[in-house]
Amino acid sequence: MPGAVSDHRLLTGWGRTAPTASDVRPLSDAEAVFAAQPDRGVLARGLGRSYGDAAQNAGGTILDATSHDELVTLDPDTGLVRVSSGISIDRLIRRLVPHGYFVPVTPGTRFVTVGGAIASDIHGKNHHVAGSFCSHVRSMTVVTPVGTLTVDPVSEPELFWATAGGMGLTGVVTDATVAMPRIGSARLAVDTDRTDDLDGVLALMTGGDDRYHYSVAWIDCLARGRHLGRSVLTRGDFADDGDLGYEAAVRIDTPPVFPSGLVNPLTIRVFNEAVYRKAPRHRVGELQTIPQFFHPLDGVGHWNRLYGRRGFLQWQILVPFGEEETLRRIIERLAGAGVGSPVAVLKRFGPGDPGPLSFPAPGWTLALDLAIVPHLASLLDELDDDVVAAGGRIYLAKDSRVRRALVPTMYPRLNEWRRVRDRVDPDGVLVSDLDRRLDLTGHHSR
Amino acid sequence: MNDALGLPQSILVLGGGSEIARATVRALLAKRPARVILGGREHALAEAATEARQLGATEVSTVVFDAIDPASVATAVGEAFAGGDIDLTLVAFGVLGDQADYDCDPAAAAEAATINYTSAVVAGLAVAQQCRRQGHGSIVALSSVAGERVRKANFVYGSTKAGLDGFFQGLGDSLAGSGARVMIVRPGFVRSRMTKGMKDAPFATDPEAVASLVVAGLAKGSPIIWAPPILRVVFTAFRHLPRALWRKVPG
Repeated sequence: MPGAVSDHRLLTGWGRTAPTASDVRPLSDAEAVFAAQPDRGVLARGLGRSYGDAAQNAGGTILDATSHDELVTLDPDTGLVRVSSGISIDRLIRRLVPHGYFVPVTPGTRFVTVGGAIASDIHGKNHHVAGSFCSHVRSMTVVTPVGTLTVDPVSEPELFWATAGGMGLTGVVTDATVAMPRIGSARLAVDTDRTDDLDGVLALMTGGDDRYHYSVAWIDCLARGRHLGRSVLTRGDFADDGDLGYEAAVRIDTPPVFPSGLVNPLTIRVFNEAVYRKAPRHRVGELQTIPQFFHPLDGVGHWNRLYGRRGFLQWQILVPFGEEETLRRIIERLAGAGVGSPVAVLKRFGPGDPGPLSFPAPGWTLALDLAIVPHLASLLDELDDDVVAAGGRIYLAKDSRVRRALVPTMYPRLNEWRRVRDRVDPDGVLVSDLDRRLDLTGHHSR
Repeated sequence: MNDALGLPQSILVLGGGSEIARATVRALLAKRPARVILGGREHALAEAATEARQLGATEVSTVVFDAIDPASVATAVGEAFAGGDIDLTLVAFGVLGDQADYDCDPAAAAEAATINYTSAVVAGLAVAQQCRRQGHGSIVALSSVAGERVRKANFVYGSTKAGLDGFFQGLGDSLAGSGARVMIVRPGFVRSRMTKGMKDAPFATDPEAVASLVVAGLAKGSPIIWAPPILRVVFTAFRHLPRALWRKVPG
C-alpha cells in the first residue's frame, strides 16, 4: 500500500504475559488493510486493557484505534452520542459530565475504548439494573472483509449481537452511537457494609442490591475458616446536588522496572487486612467522586508493573445463582492454596443480553488478579472444572490460560456465533492470539 | 499459542528421541494437549511418537533429519513450520562421546562438533526465522554445565556445548522485540542413555527433574535455567577456580 505507515511492535495485554509482535497501523487504514488480505490476519486494538491476548495478533496486522478518538456528536436533549471507536471512557466522561450525562457502563478502569467495550461487551457495577455495554449501543459501523456495514440491533440483530462480546472477530468497529444516562451530580452517595464472611455479603447483595444503581464487593480471598469470604460491600447512586464538576488525575506512576514477587501471599495478607479493617462496619450516604467510586486503581499509573517482569493474570468467572456452594468451594480452595489477590471483586449480575459470546448472565461473578507462579496452572485448571460443572464460564476478555476444550461448554452458543461470523469473514482474516489459542472462530482447530 | 503460563499448544522437538526432550513433552502434555512434531533420525522417533500419542497429543508427526548433516536440519525445520505455527521448539539433539576416543580420532571429534554445535546453530537460526515471521515462539536449547567451564575430562563435548550456549545467548538477545524468546537449559549429570555405565557425578539428576524445571522456567520466562538449580552456585565458584586447581578436578 503506497504511503502506508506501519510499525513492528511487541504487544501484550494488561497482564504483560505472552508478548507477540505485530505490524501496527492506524485504524483509519482498516479498509485498505482488508483489501490487501494480509497473511496473518487483522485485528483492532484499543488501549490494551484486556488482561490476556485478546488484543494481540502475532505476526499479523494490528489496527490501533487510540488515535481514532473523536466525540462526533452529542445530542444534549436525548443523550445520544456518536463516537469514534477509539475514544476512551476517560475522555467520554470528561466530555459528558459537564452536560449532565454519564457513560451507561464503566468497568473498573476508565482507560478502555468504546471499541473494546463493545468487543468484550463489558459490564460494570450497575449490571444488575443496567445490563452490559452493548445494551446501550444503538448502532455501529463495522468494517469487515465483505465490506463496511452499519449494524443496529433492529435491522441486523444477528451481526450486532455477534459483535457484542465477539472479541473483535466479527469486524473492526469504527464508530458507534450510544445512549448516555442523565446524572444530577458528579458525586455519588455511597453506603458501605463490612461483612464477616461470604454468607453475609451474599445475603446483603441478594436482599438489597436492587435498591442501588451501583453495587460491588471487595473480597478477602486469603481469609479462612469462619472469616472465609469476608468482604467490604460498597453500593451507591449518583447524588442530585447539581454539582457537575469532574476531575480525575493519575496521581503516581509505577517505575518501568519493578521486581517480580513483591505481590506475594504475605504482602497481600497485610494489604487485605488493612483494607478490611479500614472499612466501616456500616456507613451510609458518604459522598464519593466518580474516580473514587468507579476507578480507584486508575490513580496509580501502570499499576500492572507492580507484578514485575513475570506479569499476572486475571481469573474472572461466572457461576449461576443457586451455585453459591461452588462459589464457596472455589474461595476455600484459593484461600487454602494461599493464592491470594489484592484485587478480588464479587458482583451480582442481572440478566444477560442476547450476545452469544457475551459474558454476563444471571449469577455471581468473581474476579481475582493473580501473580504468575508456576503452580497456578494446575490449580486454575481444577477450579475451571468446578466452574464448568456448575454451568458457569470464564470471561474471555480476562483470559490468558483456559483450556480450549472447555470453551464450547462455557459458551454453548459458540456455533451460532461462528455461523454469523463466517458470513462476514468466511476466510478467517479476522484473527487474534486469543482466537488462535482457544479457536473461537473454528478456523484454528489444529 | 503459548498461554500466560508458558504452556504451548504445538511442540517441535529437534532430537525427538532425547530422554530430556521426551520427559519435557510428557510434562507439557500432562498440563495441556498439544500437537507434537518430532524431528530426528527416523528409527529414533517411533517410540517417542507412540508415547506422545498415548499421552493425549492432538496430533503427532515426524520430520526426518540427521544432525551430522546441517543442511538436513534446516530442511526439517522448514517442513515442520509449513504445517502451521509452532509455539515451542526444543533443540535437544547431541552426542556425548568419549574424550579418550576423540583424542585419537579427530574426525570423530569433528562429527561431534558438527552435531552438537554446527547443526544447533542451523536449527537455532532456522527456527528463529520462523518465529520472527509468526511473531511468537519459544526456543528451548539443551546446553550443559560442561560448557560453562570446559574440563579436560570431556573438553570436546564441553567445548561444543560452550559454543551452543553462547550462540543461543546471542540468539535470545537478537530476538528481543520479535515475540520469540530463548531459554537455555544447563543440566548437570543426567542419568540417561547418554550417560549409561558412567558413575553419577555430584548433583546428578534425571530427565523428569530437568523437565519439570523446564516447565517452571517457561512459566517464569527464565532466560537460563540450571538443573538442578544448585549448579548455578557451584559453577559460579568453579568459574573462578585458578586454572592449576581446575585441572585437578577429578573425572
